[in-house]
Amino acid sequence: MIDLEFVINTLSLGSLYALLALGLVLVYGILKLVNFAYGEYIMIAGYAIYLSATLLHAPWYLTLLIAVLAAVLVSYLTELIAFRPVRSQSPNALIVTSFAVSVFLQNVVLIMVSPRARPVQLPFFFSRTIEIAGATVPLRNLLVIAVTAVLLVALSLLMKKTVVGMAMRAAADKFTTTRLMGVPANLVISTAFVISGLLAGVASIFWVSRSASVDPLTGAAPLLIAFIAVVTGGMHSTVGAVVGGFVYGLVFNLLSVTLPASMISYRDAFMFALVVVFLLFRPAGIIKRGYTEERVG
Amino acid sequence: MMDKITAFIRKHQTVVLLAVPLVLAGVLISMFGSRLLLDIYTYFCVSLGMVYGLQVFMGNSGILSWTHVGFVGIGAYVTGILVTPPMVKEMGVPNMYPALVDLSLPVVPSILIGALVAAAIAALIGYPLMRLNDFASVITLFATLIVIHVVMTQWDNVTNGPRTFFGLPQWTTWGIALGGALLMLLAAYWFRESGLGLKLRATRDDRYAAAAIGIDMIFTRYLGFVLSALMAGFVGGLWALYITSFSPKSFYMAEMFLLLSMLVIGGSGSVSGATVGAVVVTIAREVLRQVEATINNAHVLSFEVFGLTELVMAVLMVMVLIWRPSGVVGGQELRLPRFGKKKDVPAEVDGLAA
Repeated sequence: MIDLEFVINTLSLGSLYALLALGLVLVYGILKLVNFAYGEYIMIAGYAIYLSATLLHAPWYLTLLIAVLAAVLVSYLTELIAFRPVRSQSPNALIVTSFAVSVFLQNVVLIMVSPRARPVQLPFFFSRTIEIAGATVPLRNLLVIAVTAVLLVALSLLMKKTVVGMAMRAAADKFTTTRLMGVPANLVISTAFVISGLLAGVASIFWVSRSASVDPLTGAAPLLIAFIAVVTGGMHSTVGAVVGGFVYGLVFNLLSVTLPASMISYRDAFMFALVVVFLLFRPAGIIKRGYTEERVG
Repeated sequence: MMDKITAFIRKHQTVVLLAVPLVLAGVLISMFGSRLLLDIYTYFCVSLGMVYGLQVFMGNSGILSWTHVGFVGIGAYVTGILVTPPMVKEMGVPNMYPALVDLSLPVVPSILIGALVAAAIAALIGYPLMRLNDFASVITLFATLIVIHVVMTQWDNVTNGPRTFFGLPQWTTWGIALGGALLMLLAAYWFRESGLGLKLRATRDDRYAAAAIGIDMIFTRYLGFVLSALMAGFVGGLWALYITSFSPKSFYMAEMFLLLSMLVIGGSGSVSGATVGAVVVTIAREVLRQVEATINNAHVLSFEVFGLTELVMAVLMVMVLIWRPSGVVGGQELRLPRFGKKKDVPAEVDGLAA
């Protein structure tokens, strides 16, 4: 049961989930915003692939680029228009705003495109499979592992070596103090949203490639996964998000192979129940970080 | 004696200020309004009851309670199973456990049992959830709603799975809905003003200060959560007996968004806020629906417009939150402006809107 195929599938699923969780936790760390609109960035990126392929007849590399850019743009715009004016207010107002943004984006797509699912054209090599040491693996599973590795390295370089990265890390720790050091709040928050959108866009390419279609509710499932991965991993650090993503992928695959067929439809309920039980014993998640400040606008 | 009564009414004038227009509107609509208007009013009263239940926990504890609509669903299903005649259940829910098929109770006990079951489930799962704060609490309550939803859609021996559960009598009239809403109003108001409610509000505003004066935050929250679920289950029963057929879809994100928008637009900190929010959202939604229907019926556009209502509602909601982050009413209860002598304590200021 646990063979090379299982390991590679788990790694690729974990990579995808880590990307999803990372995009969510970057914004949470700084703004203390549980961003319910995050799933819609993924959905929008999926539609960007569909639209650029059907309307513009763009080649595959261009459709992927447009998808990522669309997610970045939407992420940035939602910050600018919706979150910025509300952000100094109560945390619940901020969460409800993000939920409203999510409903808004879903219905925009519903009205402008269609309530029905649309096929997404993905690069030809995505559906290829290759054999490694006797295990048959889809190429995109290997791709997602490679892309995630590259993104993680790039992101950690950005966070450690650049000024804006250091400002973001400082802001995630103590936002008020960071602002007193002369770091502009808007810049830090906007950057966080841009990176969050970028990760959502990249994750979206791999997410929609699984069903090869996109509909207005596509964002719900990845959003949930990101949520759960973040809480399990630890919501106060980016490392926690990545760890949470991989753990989630592992548990998910383990449940898939061990649960009897009659119980498989309860798999999600099992996952969430496990998470709730886990949080009882360790409310801070797997990776604990010391002191974190309450939310500051 | 007379003095005492007037003083009592003056102290609790909020209830009167909220209940009188509500009853008046109902009486006027039932006498002069159209059938459609009366339906909207009835549905409004039921929603209002749900919002009051939500306010009890979310408004006073400051925790975003996603599960609320799940408890409404539990109340609705329990009531449905108890009230629907065995014949109908045999036909409508072919896989139901025989023991459940044979159950048959009058309406009122069914609703009460539905409320108790919802409260019992809340009591069972609630305590650990109340230990979490911030992100973890939002996400776990959200996950709990999903767990409830998955169970509802998959356990077809009880709920008929994702298919429609039908065959309930339409027992809830506008008067009963109004009565239910008033009862919930009293409960929510009583809770908010009670010692327990005050403690819960203290934990919302500053959990460390609250702990420092000896408030057991988790237990206080827990009691609020269970009461809120009890109210949700009760209103769920009324709702089910008005709608008469429903599926798990009715107790999920879309409905929760509606309840949340009512509470947040009005102002979650007070019972008055919940009321005003429910009125505003109901009116806005019905107007938008009419517009959407008119556009679609006039065939001016080459395609049908779906989702316009939700779209505009979302925009409105963000605008209200930008304009008044703690809701239209804010954290205070409605009171008549006072003239002359001022001996009462000042109205509470909403702690959430710092």
